[in-house]
Amino acid sequence: MNLVVLIKRVPDTETRIQIKDGKVVTDGIAWIISPYDEYGVEEALRINEKHGGGKVTLLCLGPEEAKETIRKGLALGADDAVHVNDPALLGGDASVTAKVLAAALKKMQYDLVLAGKQAVDEDNAQVAVRVAELLDLPCVNSVIKLDFSDDKKSARCLREVDGDRDVAETSLPAIITAQQGLNEPRYPSLKGIMGAKKKPITDWKAADLGLDPASLAPKLETLRFDPPPARPPGKKIPGDAATAAKELVRLLREEAKAI
Amino acid sequence: MGNILIIAEEREGTLRKVSYELVTVANEIAKGLGGAVEAVVIGNNVGACAEALAKTGVAKVYSADSPALANFAPEVFAATLADAIRKAAPSVVLMPATGLGKELGAKVAAKLDWGVVTDCISFQVEGGTLIFKRPVYAGKAMATIKAKALPVIASIRPNIFPPAPAESTAAPIEKVEVAAITPRARVVEKVKKEAVDVDLAEAKVVISGGRGAKSADGFAQIREIAKMLGAAVGASRAAVDAGWIDYSTQVGQTGKTVAPQLYIALGISGAIQHLAGMSSSKVIVAVNKDPDAPIFQAADYGIVADMFEVMPVLKDELKTVLAEK
Repeated sequence: MNLVVLIKRVPDTETRIQIKDGKVVTDGIAWIISPYDEYGVEEALRINEKHGGGKVTLLCLGPEEAKETIRKGLALGADDAVHVNDPALLGGDASVTAKVLAAALKKMQYDLVLAGKQAVDEDNAQVAVRVAELLDLPCVNSVIKLDFSDDKKSARCLREVDGDRDVAETSLPAIITAQQGLNEPRYPSLKGIMGAKKKPITDWKAADLGLDPASLAPKLETLRFDPPPARPPGKKIPGDAATAAKELVRLLREEAKAI
Repeated sequence: MGNILIIAEEREGTLRKVSYELVTVANEIAKGLGGAVEAVVIGNNVGACAEALAKTGVAKVYSADSPALANFAPEVFAATLADAIRKAAPSVVLMPATGLGKELGAKVAAKLDWGVVTDCISFQVEGGTLIFKRPVYAGKAMATIKAKALPVIASIRPNIFPPAPAESTAAPIEKVEVAAITPRARVVEKVKKEAVDVDLAEAKVVISGGRGAKSADGFAQIREIAKMLGAAVGASRAAVDAGWIDYSTQVGQTGKTVAPQLYIALGISGAIQHLAGMSSSKVIVAVNKDPDAPIFQAADYGIVADMFEVMPVLKDELKTVLAEK
């Protein structure tokens, strides 16, 4: 199958997010493929390893620096990538990002599009679902197991949503979003990392997508970022384990009124 | 100015608590923006939900009630909601920031070409529009987002706002048609859960174990305490990676974000990505052998000890205290 995976470059989840003047400080932080997107990449690789044939193409909207993130995905085993690399298309809200990615997908050939259920930076959980709607594709969200019919015309998906599990079926092509549990992403091999340097990355600008950036008016405006409200300093309960545990229950009952 | 429309969420014929919380938010927004508060309920056999919703002080309830909505089919649900929204012509649509609510919000918004502010925890009316605050980076930062114009959809995080109380008078219930669509994607089977664990996202109390739990057996002990408190069991990434407990219990930036009334972290050191997922909990308790563990910086109450020495006493004490209730 020909598979496209939407990937986003996000700060490493072990990164502390620093805010200065209402903006997120991005200097000196490590960047990764958003973990849920990485499940998508892994699943795409496994699908083609199992069923043979077809290509895995990464699609990324991001600044020039996102090339490094795209290379990480290529090092894992993806065949090639499209980088929508145009400053005029960056910084929009989820509605704008979805329109840009939908325009790019219109130019691509695929049997299935995979993406993360959300990116772990803005946590919007909108883009993949919106892209599906804009392209009039069916969408199955938050999938933890994915199988195909023998003719590869439909997929059967185990989903995990709000603590419940169910099975959804969809015709293909479709967009399927990955939830944690879909797979265990591999680490890149040295050979993969070396090979990634030679794999093709195609850059597309707004004009390549037939988009006029001025017409992509965002609906939302991010006014500022702030650190989360600071928690008041806590207290360590003295004494040995037994004494402290007793005191804890008393405090939870009488002071915090939490039990 | 249009009305405020809430999209209620039901589960097996009962309105979820967050639906009542949406009414509270809608009432507040209506005070600033004007307009009446109306509600939509969607599902199969949701008559009782519509009636309950009608008694929350809303002006009208739209009910999409059909066997065609028995199983989730995103295309049918979203088209039906979009029709209801066009009919109600609201200036603000509020949805629950649940997995289902987020998906439907995004899908409906794409149909209508509207913006969605996901997972809001506060809001203010300013200059005829709305400004929301919402956690980003799983809570490592807060974003302030303005709707450049109305209408807008906002999904509201559960457990933040108080639920609207029941009222004696009932609003009229108007049937709305289910969109006549043959869905290409649809749920065909609900999977019964093996364990009757409490859902992490909705739990009032969460007890999580980390590397210090040492084994699946360690989690069996945590589960016993959780049962006493009606709590959900969570885990750190280290415990999940070690295979002691199912990944679906992972709390953190790549797992579940939780904000219960009480979060008890047992044997969890407090990696940044774990702290992101739980630090907006109301009261945090940490038990860890290492006095320098970062979890203590987030904790209201800390005990420096081996969790296996704390758990038995905790259990006995809880038994006594809970019996007094």
